[in-house]
Amino acid sequence: MSANPIDMAVYNDLAETAGAEFAAELAGTFLEEAPPILAELRAALGSQSADGFRRAAHSLKSNGHTFGATRLAEMARELELGGLPAHSAPIDALEAEYRKVAAALAELIRG
Amino acid sequence: MAEGGARLLVADDNKVNRLLLTRNLVLLGHRVASAENGRIALDMLRAEPYDLLLLDMEMPEMDGFQVLEQMVGEPKLRDIPVIVTSSLEGIHNVVRCIELGADDYLPKPVNPVLLKARVGSSLEKKRLRDQQKDMVRRFATSEVAEDLQKSGFALGGRRLRGTVMFSDIRGFTSLCEAQTPEETIELLNSYYALMFDAISGQGGVVNQMIGDGLMAVFGAPLPLAEPELAAVRAALDMLELIDMFNLERSAMEKAPIRIGVGIASGEMVAGYTGTEARATYTCIGDTVNLAARLEAHTKEAGRDILVDGDTQAALGERVPVEAIGEVRFKGKAQPVPVFAVRPQAQR
Repeated sequence: MSANPIDMAVYNDLAETAGAEFAAELAGTFLEEAPPILAELRAALGSQSADGFRRAAHSLKSNGHTFGATRLAEMARELELGGLPAHSAPIDALEAEYRKVAAALAELIRG
Repeated sequence: MAEGGARLLVADDNKVNRLLLTRNLVLLGHRVASAENGRIALDMLRAEPYDLLLLDMEMPEMDGFQVLEQMVGEPKLRDIPVIVTSSLEGIHNVVRCIELGADDYLPKPVNPVLLKARVGSSLEKKRLRDQQKDMVRRFATSEVAEDLQKSGFALGGRRLRGTVMFSDIRGFTSLCEAQTPEETIELLNSYYALMFDAISGQGGVVNQMIGDGLMAVFGAPLPLAEPELAAVRAALDMLELIDMFNLERSAMEKAPIRIGVGIASGEMVAGYTGTEARATYTCIGDTVNLAARLEAHTKEAGRDILVDGDTQAALGERVPVEAIGEVRFKGKAQPVPVFAVRPQAQR
């Protein structure tokens, strides 16, 4: 089953308080910003930078919560708290979830 | 500060967070600037006045904790309220923010209703604090206000070494009789403005004004490297300013005024005296009495500035003085040596 990766209650709240147009723009910004942050996450694992890893995961967690991408945020939180993983599998999983979120957000932006 | 007038700074490295927080604050009617990391935020805070900082903790280059640490150490930044907005993990991190001086903590994603309440309350607190500071400053001096803010208010004194100055206008009573009360008030206001400039210009603090007389302290509440030299330089500046003031007065066909200054150095007890409700910063001790006696003696000695032996010893060769002999003052068992700061050093 393909449940919506976006909790629409959260997204609608955002659109209501900040303005629908602004929410769509902000989602657009997230779609631009997230890929480099995912890349940072990989780079931090490569260079064994625990700080960089934590910070990148933290960023995705916080943005996930903003748009109602609850599962993405949960996965990012686990990475933030878990420290450097032994391999890149958790990052791959996170990236897969991000792709779902990105598709859903793109849909929302188109209205 | 009107509802819409507050100037806020948002510091967050994450663009989405930054834009969203800025948007929410603008919707609340505030003017908002933003910074991408702690270092930029600090630079902006130093360059321009802000009413409130909304600070993320996880940031590259300089994180929120470092920003808070820096702000505590800088008097100009210390009083800017900070609301930490972060999705920090662990209560100990939140506690650390508060311990470092943050006023409040808002978890991310920030709830707009909560944001409005917290920002409003922080701004209101700052407004009250500013108002209070302004009041203290008007009735005390910025040094005393600063001291109060740093160490809090407590009645009681502390023993320290410093220099005390007394000054008053010669023949003030007959001067008052020769002019209207309005003219006297105007004269006093100009006179005090000049004296305050001279004294605070040298790092001294005026802590008493009685009629035409004033008492100033050098070296308390804030320490001065050379309180003796600062006090004598302030006295010389005062005479110079009075000369200029007299030129103005003579242009208006008014009689010139003259002042007498007494300066003594040594140990004293400084602190707040009075009651919890109304107190004043003052200094007491032999040094203070001696300075008052020296000031009173200027008239008899026919000199403008008289200093005691301790002050003279500290001046060394830097300010020429003339020994005018020993004087037995009321309340002193032994006669004390008195020195006049040389008139030629005054022009």
